[in-house]
Amino acid sequence: MLSKIVRTVANQLILFILIFGLYVIAHGHLTPGGGFQGGAVIVSGVVMLLVAFSSQELKKSLRERALSIMESTGALIFIGLAFAGIGIVFFYNFLVGTPIFGGVPATGPGPGDIWTGGFIPLMNLAVGLKVVAGLSAVVLALALFSSGEELEE
Amino acid sequence: MRKVVGLIVLLVLVAFLVSGMLLFIHPFGYPPSDMDDYIIENAQEETGSNNVVTSVVFDYRGFDTLGEATILFTAVMGVLLLLRTEKRRKESS
Repeated sequence: MLSKIVRTVANQLILFILIFGLYVIAHGHLTPGGGFQGGAVIVSGVVMLLVAFSSQELKKSLRERALSIMESTGALIFIGLAFAGIGIVFFYNFLVGTPIFGGVPATGPGPGDIWTGGFIPLMNLAVGLKVVAGLSAVVLALALFSSGEELEE
Repeated sequence: MRKVVGLIVLLVLVAFLVSGMLLFIHPFGYPPSDMDDYIIENAQEETGSNNVVTSVVFDYRGFDTLGEATILFTAVMGVLLLLRTEKRRKESS
């Protein structure tokens, strides 16, 4: 556990890191970034908490069971969306043109509308969930292992 | 003696690889296929995504992304399996 200054600053910064990561995930179909990148940003916030506080402190709020359920949910949503358009082809973007995320932007550079992209925003959310849960579990397991503890069930 | 021979072999190998790279490198700015032109022109109306890179990652090349997600899943599973052996051993003994 580091000094009180570091802990206070980490407490304030984690909100901004989480919001930025969620922004990168949610706007993956409009701006550079996506599920993997935004998930890595959020996990960097988790690593900051891990450095500022101790791994024993973080163990109380991040359970392995919850993390593995989150990761499996992300993977299931991802492969379910991939299989949903199997009538035409694997990974067919079946949501384009429907009322859900169905808008089609004009060709060329533009500001972008969040309600476009077919299943790409949903895929970004699923992959983001998966990356956040998986990398958090790995980082926490490594930190606990090096300090001689175990990841809580 | 062995060092000199090794150095000569290394130099020949490096010269061979570098000359091959320089001879067969693809010219910059001339794509080898028409796939990128197709994607740049049609990605926005076909996938509805403003970010063409994301439309390639999740739609045109979605199967590769599935493999990427599988690699991540396997890596996480391996780390969690390896780092939890201590507790099991204590319980069994």
